[in-house]
Amino acid sequence: MAEILVLVGHVAGQVRKPSLELLTLARGLGTPVAVCAGADPGVEALETLGRYGARRIHLVETEELEEYPVGWVQILADMAAETAPEAILLESTPEGKEIAARLAVRLGSGVLTDAVDVRQGPSGPVVTQWAFAAGFTVTSRVTRGVPVIAVKPNAVAPSPAPVEPSISRGGLALDEASLRTRVASRAVRQSTGRPQLTEAEVVVSGGRGLGGAEHFGLVERLADALGGAVGASRAAVDAGWYPHAYQVGQTGVTVSPQLYLAIGISGAIQHRAGMQTSKTIVAVNRDPEAPIFELADHGVVGDLFAVVPQLLDEIARRRD
Amino acid sequence: MKIVVCVKHVPDMASEPGFTTDHRVDRAGVQGRLSELDEHAVEQALRVVDAAPDTHLTYLTVGPAAAAEALRRALAMGGNAAVHVSDDAIAGSDAPATALVLAAALRRLEPDLVLCAMASTDGGTSLVPAMLAEHLALPQLTFAAELTVEPAATTVRVRRDGSQATEHLESPLPAVVSVTDRTGEARYPSFKGIMAAKKKPLETWSLADLEVPAEQVGAAAARTVVDGITARPARTAGTALPDEGEGGLRLADFLSGQKFI
Ligand SMILES: Cc1cc2nc3c(=O)[nH]c(=O)nc-3n(C[C@H](O)[C@H](O)[C@H](O)COP(=O)(O)OP(=O)(O)OC[C@H]3O[C@@H](n4cnc5c(N)ncnc54)[C@H](O)[C@@H]3O)c2cc1C
Ligand SMILES: Nc1ncnc2c1ncn2[C@@H]1O[C@H](COP(=O)(O)O)[C@@H](O)[C@H]1O
Repeated sequence: MAEILVLVGHVAGQVRKPSLELLTLARGLGTPVAVCAGADPGVEALETLGRYGARRIHLVETEELEEYPVGWVQILADMAAETAPEAILLESTPEGKEIAARLAVRLGSGVLTDAVDVRQGPSGPVVTQWAFAAGFTVTSRVTRGVPVIAVKPNAVAPSPAPVEPSISRGGLALDEASLRTRVASRAVRQSTGRPQLTEAEVVVSGGRGLGGAEHFGLVERLADALGGAVGASRAAVDAGWYPHAYQVGQTGVTVSPQLYLAIGISGAIQHRAGMQTSKTIVAVNRDPEAPIFELADHGVVGDLFAVVPQLLDEIARRRD
Repeated sequence: MKIVVCVKHVPDMASEPGFTTDHRVDRAGVQGRLSELDEHAVEQALRVVDAAPDTHLTYLTVGPAAAAEALRRALAMGGNAAVHVSDDAIAGSDAPATALVLAAALRRLEPDLVLCAMASTDGGTSLVPAMLAEHLALPQLTFAAELTVEPAATTVRVRRDGSQATEHLESPLPAVVSVTDRTGEARYPSFKGIMAAKKKPLETWSLADLEVPAEQVGAAAARTVVDGITARPARTAGTALPDEGEGGLRLADFLSGQKFI
């Protein structure tokens, strides 16, 4: 079976969850080859890659990619030239998309981004994407070159399918193009202790209706009471009330939880783009005309400063 | 210093566009506009001009006749000139073909800095900026949330809020940079600006002018094909109850009923 190259990442000896999702999807397309670079991933990470179906692990022994990430284009282009893979999968993140774009031009390939599903079809991988604020589901295929496919985090639940991987090793001599984009510094975001926004079963988001950073505590308390993650609208982020990493929407993250609570959010199309595939949507807003109510399975038209504290008390009471 | 900002004329998302049966964006009855995200790229260029008034700023678009509106809008915000690449053969082009045409135009314009936005608002893929960089053999800095151009030092620095980390990246000029809506609010064109824009030079180039073979662009050259598009079933609004003192309790009932509590 043809090989599927999967760009995998690891942090502190652990394979990142999106990489396991990519391997899970790759298994449906062919033989997964995990392409792994940087510092020695460690025994545990190699075992994990095997457990999720990587038949071969290709280790690129260089630490320079941390500083020169465009070097990934070289690695994948070289491997594509050598092994003629069936497809190349990477993450649809800012970092992944710029690699995908350059790689596709270098290989003369078609490229699809923001995939929410990838399956084998009669003539190559079939990619599902959402379009126009997730109002449409689009299926597409790459018709030229090695398909380059960037998949959104959380597209599938990673599932194990253990194999005994072989290991190949390669090096990297960074070319001129790669050396000219340099990461001068990187500050990894600290975990909040709450579930990851893109993975959470429950997301509680706050908007301009909160009126100030000091009131986001209310959103955090509700998120904690429901075991969820905190999100925010762009208006709340722009006001400096909550960090941008939590912005839900067109220029933030897309979430698709079991339950989405929009607190003091009007429901602009750009916000809906990031949340309207949620299973159940709840809105608290004092304006009965707010567009968010068009999506909400349950809406409360009222003052969030009355409704949310009452809800928190009631949750506590019922749990006692 | 020479800056070129790539801008795109897009359907206004507020008018909620859909698709035609042959899988193209249905523009009928949909207002077009300069992509709101591209306004942030224009703003960043204008801030460089404000600091260094000898900077020459050109806008570049690839698109049908109506796309000139996006150029006029950008010119009304500021800048010197605009180039519109328009050719019937371009219709239906995908990101690689669009990037090929933009790159050919950029080779002529020879900018020190190419500015783009992070994505086109009409379902853009964010691919075009890095594709331009690859075509032009230039470095790229994508998804910049903050941008510092140092013309004297011929470097550009950005902050990127990546998926796991906040990064500071830098590259020598010339370079291709794409910016996000975090870079700061775009200015609004003044009446004076709108009037002045009418007199600024706007050239139209064809594929032949750029020596790009027509068979390398358009729907026939596309490297991807759409097999199907289905509208997601519209969400049906549930109940929206006015809070008469028990809104929180009723919400708790709903969440319990759904087993969230
Ligand atoms: C290119 C582009 C990209 C964008 N990307 C995003 C994005 O990724 N994410 C995003 O969210 N937005 C995005 N936006 C912005 C979007 O258009 C809206 O401006 C934004 O979502 C509004 O945020 P909001 O709902 O918090 O604020 P508002 O629209 O101001 O709504 C606040 C709501 O709170 C309600 N309210 C006020 N006080 C109370 C109270 N005491 N109790 C109950 N309700 C109350 C009001 O009735 C109102 O409905 C983007 C815009 C553009 C142009
Ligand atoms: N047809 C076009 N004309 C000019 N610039 C474009 C065009 N398409 C994309 N761009 C530029 O590339 C950026 C990202 O677009 P995209 O890759 O389509 O998401 C846009 O914000 C523009 O700056």
